[in-house]
Amino acid sequence: MNRIVKKERFSEKVVRLDVEAPLIAQSRKPGNFVIVKIDDKGERIPLTIASADTERGTITLVVQAVGHTSARLCAMEEGETIAHVVGPLGRPTDIRNYGTVVCACGGVGTAPMLPIVEAMKKAGNRVIVVQAARTKELIILEQQMKQWADEVVIMTDDGSYGTKGLVTNGVENVIQREKVDFCVTIGPAIMMKFVSLLTRKYDVPTIASLNTIMVDGTGMCGACRVNVGGETKFVCVDGPEFDAHQVDFDQMMTRLGAYRDLEAVEMRKPLR
Amino acid sequence: MTEDRNASWREELRKSMKPKERTAIERVPMNELDPVLRARSRDEVNQGLTAEQAVTEAKRCLDCGKPSCMEGCPVNIDIPGFIKNIERGEFAEAARVLKKTSSLPAVCGRVCPQEKQCEGSCIHLKMNSKPVAIGNLERFAADFERNSGKASLPECRSSNGHKVGVIGSGPSGLSCAGDLIKMGYEVTVFEALHEIGGVLKYGIPEFRLPNAVVDAEIETLRRLGVKFVTDCVVGKTVSVSQLREQGYECLFVGSGAGLPRFMNIPGENLINVLSSNEYLTRVNLMDAGNPETDTPVFRGRKVIVVGGGNTAMDSVRTALRMGAEKATIVYRRSEEEMPARLEEVHHAKAEGVEFLTLHNPIEYIGDDKGRVKAVRLQKMQLGEPDESGRRRPVEIPGAVEVLEADMVVVAIGVSPNPIVPSSIEGLNISRKGTIVVNDDMQSDSIPTIFAGGDIVRGGATVILAMGDGRRAAAAIDAYLSR
Repeated sequence: MNRIVKKERFSEKVVRLDVEAPLIAQSRKPGNFVIVKIDDKGERIPLTIASADTERGTITLVVQAVGHTSARLCAMEEGETIAHVVGPLGRPTDIRNYGTVVCACGGVGTAPMLPIVEAMKKAGNRVIVVQAARTKELIILEQQMKQWADEVVIMTDDGSYGTKGLVTNGVENVIQREKVDFCVTIGPAIMMKFVSLLTRKYDVPTIASLNTIMVDGTGMCGACRVNVGGETKFVCVDGPEFDAHQVDFDQMMTRLGAYRDLEAVEMRKPLR
Repeated sequence: MTEDRNASWREELRKSMKPKERTAIERVPMNELDPVLRARSRDEVNQGLTAEQAVTEAKRCLDCGKPSCMEGCPVNIDIPGFIKNIERGEFAEAARVLKKTSSLPAVCGRVCPQEKQCEGSCIHLKMNSKPVAIGNLERFAADFERNSGKASLPECRSSNGHKVGVIGSGPSGLSCAGDLIKMGYEVTVFEALHEIGGVLKYGIPEFRLPNAVVDAEIETLRRLGVKFVTDCVVGKTVSVSQLREQGYECLFVGSGAGLPRFMNIPGENLINVLSSNEYLTRVNLMDAGNPETDTPVFRGRKVIVVGGGNTAMDSVRTALRMGAEKATIVYRRSEEEMPARLEEVHHAKAEGVEFLTLHNPIEYIGDDKGRVKAVRLQKMQLGEPDESGRRRPVEIPGAVEVLEADMVVVAIGVSPNPIVPSSIEGLNISRKGTIVVNDDMQSDSIPTIFAGGDIVRGGATVILAMGDGRRAAAAIDAYLSR
């Protein structure tokens, strides 16, 4: 169990791992996440499931090295075993036939968007993916997206691929061009905040998948709490997806920085 | 009734000392680490009794014909039976007596609120003397056996072929699993976390209950044949209906505490304001205080812990051990109403914890980086008793003060974990989110589902949870032997 059967490096800091986890592969739904603890010393970190193969009994995780544990996970090789993988956690995405759905994603948020794109398409939606990255090399999973999406719009900060601009520019173009009924956004908090501000302007209902700090991930510690519509919600059991227009992204970003100073100290240590 | 009270050794023992001589012996105090030293170390505060001390304390027990202490015990331990074995020097036999009814004697001897249970019903109290130190003696016998390396296994009935699943490996689940395996059931325990033990591991700190003690008790259950599956969230990884398909005829749900309660006051989501569950889990389960581990934990210098229960005491004493210069309990009622065990309050005070009672936080104030830097406190006074029988705290108008704090731990309780109950279709759940059960801990809506501990009570003690597990095991046995 939990053996890494395939590893692919997307960029310097981002890898794709296929991990043996037959039970999770079977029960996971788009939007679900897992908690991973790589060994005795590892932290418990939440990772959204990018896809699953029920025949091979594997789940796919796309991991970015941000902390000590994620850096060590990115350094693991095929054949190695992750000590603990638990899930699928969180509520699945509310998949329905909305009409036209824009899926706005960036960074490693692109990976968990993939199963949502697939499910939205299968539910009968017209699906337009707007996927963004700093530069061409950081655009991931484009071909897989094209397999399901009616259209994939690529945006890069430096214009090295697709259209030069931010994800919000791409989304706004689509909204101005045609009627959009629903929007899903996954990516860095700052990106989701601006997508949310944009779609609010155009009155497009939007959900955002939040990736907060968690410890247990099963509704016990409260580290993941966010303010949604003035109420405290727990991302691990109430989420991870919420009405983006109600999320207090500024508070969420502050809370994401809770351990930044400590983490910086950790990251200077050599990897074990 | 204790089974071998009429055994000849026991009768002789009773006759060997007059009751007056027994009651004249002073209660032996627990050996404790020095408060100044221990407040900076993870070592266990209570050091246990020596064999000599244990025998002396055991002599104080009058071996009553109708032992009232047993009525005070939620798991009905044969109290005089094990104590008299200590008195005659048969320590291993004392441990065997304990194990007949308790799956976790070394744990109970440490964390039970004995003053409210067995010791609270001891005959000595009626004679105006201190009760027999039943908890300390229980701990002594269990520790003796564990350290002897010759742990006996309780007798098990031969397999009856029935399969029962236990959801959650905290005190209620372990106790239920222990009883069921002894009755001949095939038992598998499903745990969501990566370690077995539930609150005994993530919640109760090392200085009060060392993990090694918990692991030894779990090892006993393993040797008896209990199977453990970690990293398995029932309701997520596998569903209850899948477990039924796999042949589990009954399920015991002991999935425990869930979401921590907050007060919904301004500033509660500032950095370094966290629940006791998060703080204790980081330090206990994740060992975040150890520089060798990846999990971070903030080391507050001026720490405020909100609440007056055992979890609040555990949190505030943990903060000291994590290097706090000042650690303060803030509680809205007076010390008299505190739900924490007296021993924990005494220990905390001896270690230098400050107590600010009749104060209630109304706002947390942050710095420019969104980290808490102070707390605004409303002073309170006691009014008329409320539904809990305790005097209700009432605000003193205008009496507000500000206290500096770089870390706040909120320990005001938890609500039941929603994952398992919400995943079972047709299960009757109360408004508070607890599973509704009858006196046999059996769900009133689905007869093959039993439940106990915090998922039924909302918030309870280790021993009440263990009592639930025990009652549920008996009820499951009755149900499956119909």
